[in-house]
Amino acid sequence: MPGRDVAIVGIGASKFDSTTIAQSYKELTFDAARKAYADSGIDVRDDVGSFICCAEDFWEGNSISDEYAPDQLGAKLRPLFTVSGDGLLGLAHAYMHIMAGVSDIVVVEAHSKLSDVESKDLVEELGYDPTFARIPGVDSKYLAGLEMRRYLEESGSSIEDCAAVVVKNSANALKNPLASYGGELSLEDVLESEEIASPLKKLDVSRPSDGSVVMVLASATRAKRLADTPIWISGISWFSDTPNVEEMDLGQAVYALNSSKKAFQMARITKPTEQFDFAEVDDTYSFKELEHIEAIGLAKRAGKFVSSGKADLDGVLPVNPSGGSIGMGYFVEASGLVRAYESVLQLRGDAGPSQLAKASKCVVQSWRGIPTQSGVTAVLQK
Amino acid sequence: MAEKRKVCVIGAGLTLFRRRLLETGKELSFEAARMALDSAGISRKEVDSVVLGSAPDAFDGVHMKGEYLSDGAGAYRRQYSRVFVGGATGVFTPVSAWWHVASGLSDVCLAVAEEKMSPLQPHPQYAFWSIFDHDYERPLGTTLLWIFALEMRRYMHAHGIKEEEIAQVAVKNKKNALDHPCAQLAANITVEDVMKSEPMVWPVKRLDVSPPSDGAAAVILCSEEFAKKMTKDPVYVAGCGWNIDSMYWTDRDLYYPQYLENAGNMAYKMAGIKNPRTEIDFAEVYDPFDYKELHHMEGLQLAKKGEAPKMTTAGITQRSGELPINPSGGLLGVGNPIAAAGMMKVCELYFQLTNQAGRRQVKKEVHTGLAQAWGDLMQYSSVFIMKRR
Repeated sequence: MPGRDVAIVGIGASKFDSTTIAQSYKELTFDAARKAYADSGIDVRDDVGSFICCAEDFWEGNSISDEYAPDQLGAKLRPLFTVSGDGLLGLAHAYMHIMAGVSDIVVVEAHSKLSDVESKDLVEELGYDPTFARIPGVDSKYLAGLEMRRYLEESGSSIEDCAAVVVKNSANALKNPLASYGGELSLEDVLESEEIASPLKKLDVSRPSDGSVVMVLASATRAKRLADTPIWISGISWFSDTPNVEEMDLGQAVYALNSSKKAFQMARITKPTEQFDFAEVDDTYSFKELEHIEAIGLAKRAGKFVSSGKADLDGVLPVNPSGGSIGMGYFVEASGLVRAYESVLQLRGDAGPSQLAKASKCVVQSWRGIPTQSGVTAVLQK
Repeated sequence: MAEKRKVCVIGAGLTLFRRRLLETGKELSFEAARMALDSAGISRKEVDSVVLGSAPDAFDGVHMKGEYLSDGAGAYRRQYSRVFVGGATGVFTPVSAWWHVASGLSDVCLAVAEEKMSPLQPHPQYAFWSIFDHDYERPLGTTLLWIFALEMRRYMHAHGIKEEEIAQVAVKNKKNALDHPCAQLAANITVEDVMKSEPMVWPVKRLDVSPPSDGAAAVILCSEEFAKKMTKDPVYVAGCGWNIDSMYWTDRDLYYPQYLENAGNMAYKMAGIKNPRTEIDFAEVYDPFDYKELHHMEGLQLAKKGEAPKMTTAGITQRSGELPINPSGGLLGVGNPIAAAGMMKVCELYFQLTNQAGRRQVKKEVHTGLAQAWGDLMQYSSVFIMKRR
């Protein structure tokens, strides 16, 4: 049945924190995997026909980080592979595995151990084209600053609207027991924080976090037996625009526009503003939330939409009720999967103090960060 | 694995393999992708999705190399992802393209594998230092040659195999490569030449080893309906398999690759193959070192344990033999730009099965071919089987 072919039947997460000194990335993942397997009731030794990990070498500090993936997942001598992408891209590949008949049950994993990365800025800088776009001595976030300026110029959203995103997401995070960066902030706090790459300020930028998320996906027949409340992936798509800084349509989020178009088509979403109960969109930087809200068609003027409270927990369409990356932290390649995890909690009615009154269908959207123009959009529903 | 939608291969492209090419990684990807599109007779407009394979970012010093290479690989404004399973990536990339099409999400998927090892100075081998475990192995200053010497030695010891028997593989593959227009190290050599070549880490000698290279390869996969519009006699993807062993390689007996047996069985099951030794007509098995060809033939159950050297001595694995192995010339002869080298093997399946291999065409009529690659820390294998009906 279209829209009900693949479901998330088990989820698990380690603790999310700015530092996790007592645990290695393997131990974080072991924790998450154990919880996800228990949650779904599968026997990982017999039931899983495919494991998918999402990682990038430079964040891991290992070349071929795929080597280090199997043991903590129980995937020794089993089919496993790594996709160099965001956790949501892992879900997309798992979706294809189930649809292609590779396996009825697939496990997806993504983690962040950013607290181990001493040279986060250098890694970010190495993402730029070595000949044309790496600018020695200039903060690697220069592109985020440029894009923010362009976005504000073209969209009519203001710097205050961006600050309102930070205020909202920090407040949402205060209610979320899993979030590390909750806070009661004012617009002034954000606007008066240190400038990183004009007009981007320190508090516009999400801060690093550690954590691991594991999800168990199943085909329709297996899902109905495994889960009381299977969460269906009714649409998922991914898209890459140009990798060249000088060619980018900054401020347009072409990747979000195109991936959402296809994902919504799969999920038969024609009126995103009415059909979704909430949205988890990428907010690596505050302005990105606004840009993404517009690109996937949740509002025409995202700045106004957020500033007027329509995206609040009690608004018409809550955006990032989890607190987003600004409130929960930035998990590199796990960022998208952390947000999918939060969305599943909401859809199951297990979100605790952040639980929304109505939560039966949502959109989750991710972006791979600077300097990429790649992202994924997924539609999840009860 | 229950096959849901039939998938075909309709084009392949391959650049020169050389020690240092002047083209950038993007340009190499472009050339291979362009050739594959031309060989299929389609344009980029018809491509729904692109999958890229490339080994460590450390070679190029570019973080998220997949993003960096994307426009060269033809992925501008397309569904795009990069898959990464170390040395096994080249054969794994078309496996990934297979599930893009088999799932019904794509009709046409372009798979590109690129490797540019030469930017790393003073030698590409330095990238491999960082593949070892940060706590247990890196402090020892381990190199790839050390661990492969351990594995080769263990394999020789378990079955009483002589260095001379293993050297025959290098002789055969470098000779096969004389007929490959992209080859880097094709040569007419003798077993004696291999034996006399400089020891790197005993028992591994210089001529036992494939070279570092630059290069790219691409293949195009599509649905059966699409393929039938292009050709009357399409080549099908018959089986895919992949498998990983524990990263704690020191805990297992290196004489036999169990993970490869598992990957092979996954692919054989999908292809409905019960007896690989008789049902596979020819194979492109991963041969970065000459002993690996033998090791992998056994893991794939194309030879009984310890008997691959005897088959080689008997000439069975020659291009004119009963079970040709690496008719392309393999990594030892054509070169080893890691991901591209694996994909080169899949290109060879396509060329052989469509009778486009020219002087490399194997003597017997072939219907079923197998390509395999190996990677990570001696723990991963990917298998791809293609069939002509």
